[in-house]
Amino acid sequence: MSEYILEARDIVKTFPGVKALDGVDLKVRRGETHAVVGENGAGKSTLMMVLTGVYRPDSGSIVLDGREMAFSSPQEAVRHGISIVYQELSLVPSLSVAENIFANRQPVNGIGAIDKNELNRRAREYLALFDLECIDPSTLVKNLNPANQQVVEILKAISTDPSVLILDEPTSSLTEIESKRLFDNIRTLTGRGLACLYISHHLSEIFEIASTVTILRDGRFVCDASVADIDEDFLVTNMVGRTITDIYGVRPDPASLGAPRFELRTLSRKGAFSDVSLIVRAKEIVGLAGLVGAGRTELGRAVFGAEPPHSGEMLLDGKEISPQSPGTAIALGIGYLTEDRKTQGLFLDFPIRANLAANRLSSLSKGPFVSEALVDEATERAIRDYRIAAGGAKKSVRTLSGGNQQKVLLGAWIGIEPRLLIVDEPTRGVDVGARSEIYGFLRALAARGTAILMISSDLTEILGMSDRIYVMKSGHIAGELEGGTATEESVIALATGAAGGECEA
Amino acid sequence: MNWFKRLTGQREFMIGCIVLGIMVVMSFASPYFLAWDNLLAVLLGLSIEAIVAVAMTNLMVSGGFDMSVGSIVAFVGATTALLLAKGVPTVPAVLIGLAIGALIGLFNGFIISKVGINPFVATLSSLSLFRGLTLIVSRGRNISGLPDSFAAIGQAMLFGVQTPIIIAAVLIIGGDIMLRRFRFFRQSYYIGGNERAARLSGIAVDRMKVLAYMLTGLFAGLAGIVMTARLGAASMTAGTGLELRVITAVIIGGASLQGGEGSVFGAFLGSLLMALITNALTLLGVDVYWQTFVIGATLLVAVLIDQLGKTSAQAKAAGAAKASAESGARKSA
Repeated sequence: MSEYILEARDIVKTFPGVKALDGVDLKVRRGETHAVVGENGAGKSTLMMVLTGVYRPDSGSIVLDGREMAFSSPQEAVRHGISIVYQELSLVPSLSVAENIFANRQPVNGIGAIDKNELNRRAREYLALFDLECIDPSTLVKNLNPANQQVVEILKAISTDPSVLILDEPTSSLTEIESKRLFDNIRTLTGRGLACLYISHHLSEIFEIASTVTILRDGRFVCDASVADIDEDFLVTNMVGRTITDIYGVRPDPASLGAPRFELRTLSRKGAFSDVSLIVRAKEIVGLAGLVGAGRTELGRAVFGAEPPHSGEMLLDGKEISPQSPGTAIALGIGYLTEDRKTQGLFLDFPIRANLAANRLSSLSKGPFVSEALVDEATERAIRDYRIAAGGAKKSVRTLSGGNQQKVLLGAWIGIEPRLLIVDEPTRGVDVGARSEIYGFLRALAARGTAILMISSDLTEILGMSDRIYVMKSGHIAGELEGGTATEESVIALATGAAGGECEA
Repeated sequence: MNWFKRLTGQREFMIGCIVLGIMVVMSFASPYFLAWDNLLAVLLGLSIEAIVAVAMTNLMVSGGFDMSVGSIVAFVGATTALLLAKGVPTVPAVLIGLAIGALIGLFNGFIISKVGINPFVATLSSLSLFRGLTLIVSRGRNISGLPDSFAAIGQAMLFGVQTPIIIAAVLIIGGDIMLRRFRFFRQSYYIGGNERAARLSGIAVDRMKVLAYMLTGLFAGLAGIVMTARLGAASMTAGTGLELRVITAVIIGGASLQGGEGSVFGAFLGSLLMALITNALTLLGVDVYWQTFVIGATLLVAVLIDQLGKTSAQAKAAGAAKASAESGARKSA
């Protein structure tokens, strides 16, 4: 038995014009959680695709349990014991939990029909592994919350009894609490001898769950290290290739903040949130923390007029407003950067310039005509100001990296010169380098007088950026904290209250 | 060279070249082809569907779809003719006809955007509803005996050109400029590109969608009036299959069923291409039964070329994105 369950040696993979992987090494021990980190484009995804048989490497070798392997398909990789849980869930929502776990491998009875009892019995065994006996295996997957859907996805991946499980950004749609539960599940699996390859942008998670880390940059292997021997600065420096001291920038002096710019008084929307009162001052960045489902996004969308509130008052610069549509909110100077840039924010097949112009066609027009000259000018300025790395303003945003896409969207919203900007998960799926730039743009926007309400599930981001923090819990404001003195524990305590409630479907 | 690349990359350029190619070949193949009368006949033949295609382009750019235009053509033609036969003067009869077309569009738009019925299903039922109503009001007979003032809409000559061609030309040019340059109609592209993002960008999506169906109904109504005037009678079978020819023209011209792309000029070229192919086959003495087949093949080839172009562009873009991401990372390093 070799020391490593999985080894990749000197992997090279070239795409037309690009060397995606250039001599990457990876050594994974049995029963460990091994993190792979790097910026977008560093080669993490390509490496995973090579390991799971999606791509064949140009050169280099994959050694599984001492035997050299050459997978020609993902199915073959699974057969040899390498399973992957992708970022985008691959479940069939209209089928049951059990049928999803055993997709295409359902136990059958004598006449070849699916044996429901046996299927559900075996699914229950798997659910018990993560102490989720409360989920009925015949529940349809679409009726589960995202966290439990992901559990099903993981169970599906381990139901082939793999020796290596790859998790690609598993916490991207989970709350802090749900992430902790996921880590417990991962520990359960590694305790049974399974090796876990863990890919994440959230560096704090690496210190929580991984024992070893491999750092990639520009398709090259930088180093690997035992997590116990390193700190976050070491990770960031090696990922980015330069020293980044404080990605959140410097919090301004509270005395320099402006007058109250935006105020909510007992705002309510049935089924979403109730009696929400809060204040955001000019130049202030206010964090809105809480669990997924606490009503934060619903509150943001209500203020923006997308789903208007049912009662309560909204004041902007002392005047009462009640935007009934995003159009009226934008006219009032309110912007809303949505949490999901791909499905709700961007026009993926349109070029950068069309995306930047989408929310302010009227200010980029002369009379009834759209002015191409004004659009070009605004586009050039945005590409320069926000350092959007793009082949050109005419390229569709689908081809950009996550960080650059987010900069385009943020640029569009800063472009309306908002009095209040609501940003919902502003750095989700964005790598460290672009993240620190986005934080810089938000700080600069606030310094120019804009009030910023930042909804985020990333606690370190909330703590690092906010001048003040409101914490929401089941549709209410559970408390208010000062940005300078708040801690993870104080936010989590407010967000969760006493009970966790882990078995709600 | 940049403008050259941009020009040649346009769908309109490709279709335009094919149209020119056919014209050049045909001018040698048939002495009748380039005759003024033949060219006018081609344009007159496509003018009705081109009028509908103007509004259909805006609708399909915004991600919509209307199967009922052929039935609207027939229904508006029949009701206008009935009004005229009952002695209603031409102007009010035409205005009422246009209003009926717009109202049918409003009905389509309402059940699609407010009730949330799929556009294909909703307008498929309208297709039968209004074809059926046409049969009911006309009792299965053609309605003729229309006043000369009405017939002039379809039969008068201006500068030696029939009015349907003039009406179509004005609407095509006006429509193309509107969709290309007007802020108001640019919103259609955003809605077709990503409806949810358009809503969150402050675009009044539902209102625009209802309006797009209304415009389509209005233009189909106008087409029905022009057609009735030209024929001098309302036929209960008028516009049968028109919806498919219009949608085919719009797609050949660069639109897709997903929305977000397409142009009025392109749709006109698509329509012209189909009409020229039909005309060429007739002049060359090819069996008429082949015409429909050739139009199907044209559509297939147009979308295949488009798809191949997209896939290779996407492959290139994917490589470039990786390269730019990496070079970006390197620059910052």
